[in-house]
Amino acid sequence: MTAYIVRRLLILPVILIGVSLLLFAMLQVLGPVERSALYVRDIPHTEGAIQAIIRRYGLDEPFFVQYWHWMVGREDPETGEIVGGILRGDLGFSRTGREPVIDLLKRRLPPTLELALWSMIPIVGIGIWLGIQAALNHNKPIDQAARVFAILGYSFPTFVFGLLVLLVFYARLDWFQPGRLSTQFSQEILKPGFTQYTKLVTIDALLNLRFDIFLDALRHLVLPVITLSYLSWALLLKVTRSSMLEALRQDYVLTARAKGLSERVVINRHVLKNALIPVATIAGSTVASLLNGVVITETIFDYPGLGSAAAAAALSLDVLTMLGYALFTAVLFVVVNLIVDVMYAVLDPRVRLE
Amino acid sequence: MTSSAETTTPKRPVALGEEFYLREQSRLEQMLGPEWYRLLKGVVTNPLSVAGLIIILGFIFMAAFAPVLAPPPTPNWKTTLIPRDGFKPEPQPPGTEWKRNAPETIPFWYKTLTGRDEWVHLLGTTSGQYDIFYGIVWGSRTALLIGGLVVTTSALIGIVIGSIAGFYGGWVDEVLMRIVEVFIAFPFLVAALILSSILVPIFGRSIWPSSIALVVFGWTGYARLLRGDILATKERDYVLAARASGAKDLHLILRHILPNAIFPTLVVLSLDMGAIVLSFAALSFLGIGVQEGYADWGQIVSFARAWILTLDKHWYIIVYPGLALLFYGLGWNLVGDALRDILDPRLRGSRS
Repeated sequence: MTAYIVRRLLILPVILIGVSLLLFAMLQVLGPVERSALYVRDIPHTEGAIQAIIRRYGLDEPFFVQYWHWMVGREDPETGEIVGGILRGDLGFSRTGREPVIDLLKRRLPPTLELALWSMIPIVGIGIWLGIQAALNHNKPIDQAARVFAILGYSFPTFVFGLLVLLVFYARLDWFQPGRLSTQFSQEILKPGFTQYTKLVTIDALLNLRFDIFLDALRHLVLPVITLSYLSWALLLKVTRSSMLEALRQDYVLTARAKGLSERVVINRHVLKNALIPVATIAGSTVASLLNGVVITETIFDYPGLGSAAAAAALSLDVLTMLGYALFTAVLFVVVNLIVDVMYAVLDPRVRLE
Repeated sequence: MTSSAETTTPKRPVALGEEFYLREQSRLEQMLGPEWYRLLKGVVTNPLSVAGLIIILGFIFMAAFAPVLAPPPTPNWKTTLIPRDGFKPEPQPPGTEWKRNAPETIPFWYKTLTGRDEWVHLLGTTSGQYDIFYGIVWGSRTALLIGGLVVTTSALIGIVIGSIAGFYGGWVDEVLMRIVEVFIAFPFLVAALILSSILVPIFGRSIWPSSIALVVFGWTGYARLLRGDILATKERDYVLAARASGAKDLHLILRHILPNAIFPTLVVLSLDMGAIVLSFAALSFLGIGVQEGYADWGQIVSFARAWILTLDKHWYIIVYPGLALLFYGLGWNLVGDALRDILDPRLRGSRS
């Protein structure tokens, strides 16, 4: 197992370099003149000025030279200061966010994190629960219903589902509003009396003992959480169901029943324990579907997170902001998958032996 | 081929030794071979996949007869553009009178079904007065075209890369699979979003930026899947026998390995025919796809973004194109799901 983990850890930097190369190569699709616009806030209108920028940032140099400068930064020939360099945290200037991309990402991360964390509760709870019920009632009505539910989940485009949810619960019933907080509270959390410990509004509100703000934040989270979870339920349900069915067929289950254990003990101690290991491996896919899902969900519910920032950037072709988000999601996704694989190797003895 | 098969395959079960019987084969089974026959039989006997097939055929019908269902306003009309009835921002409900750019011809079904002599906006209009009915009917052409184009291209790339990696193994496999891992390090929609926003300045607002982006990040699934299946197939006895008799690599792959390893890929192909169109629509919804007024379902829904506050009044901008997308995805998912059940060897024989 140690060899497996070491191998996975050695591949990690290779993949990360590949990711940065791919992003850089995509950027190179744009010519030097278009890319010069990425480095300046006001595009100069004379041909000579654009050429000066291209020279200054080395936008006409060979691919790998540019890649190197893009990674570690480049000395500005006029001022002598080092500009750029994604390893230095300089991801350029966000045209749509009107601030450096890295600051935009930092500011927009907590709301998205909060949304994702709250979504995990129904995703894991209901998704796995439904999968277990479907498997225990194999080929009975509840199983068929779960099957239809899963297929509908796959077929429903997020944005249509989200808009329908908004149509019913906001436009028609007016139970929940879009946004992150009501107007009066969004002013209040910025005042000195309210300490932002974690920048996650629900948790900060509890720590400040402001239950009114807590409830208001929760009300705003309900609709996006439903939309995000509906997407992931389908996959989780399917994997849990088939993994449970597989486990129920094993000989040790037969043995457990034969020695007279109650059905509850058989399911809890013998079936569930083994069936849920493969379910853990789709944690990676769940994170990916959340990172995909927040782009659309946050846009529909006007929620000020990373996803809506990325969507706004895409709409006005703000490539640098998009690049920042893509880099963030890719690194997060790769690391989550690594953790999942290592944990899987620890949990499942069969993988260890390979 | 059939004549030799007929002479060798008797019409009645034949005794082989004492207890083995050769099952009688139908003409169709002889033509298709056992695997394809089993697939076809499974798909047309499972009620869920039959429902899926009917839905898909419905969309193909809609696409084929689009000029009869929603005639373009003039004979020379560029059919991918939805005709607009003026420029008013406020969407109009279903049944509103069609004043400008109405189709010149009234098709035969129109009067019997609607009881009117004049064209109305059957499913209403979006803001900017694009006719939703026209958009949905002609949008089925866009959907089938995008689905077919993107899925075929990504499957071909994936099959070539996956075959090479699986067949040759070693460092070739290692390098190709690391490249695949780099591509799948990005969440699919995020990756497609950034690439298409880079491609828009080059291709302009058309179907190309999103389609290319969906191919660039879509082939990896096929490559990974096929590589695994080829690894399992290439060690089979008949492949070793063919290799021993001096068959060339390309012949081995195309004639002996691929035909036996391709089946799981078909499942993904079917599921992707739906999923890719939903992703394309999502990109259109985010404003990265086709230009305004293009007959594309996602593009119609994107008009709803400006009417969030009054969605209950303007529900038809979402509901009709949304239903089209849902059913389109559902059709392919039902068929793909059935295919998976037929092909999964662990489930084989578990259903009667």
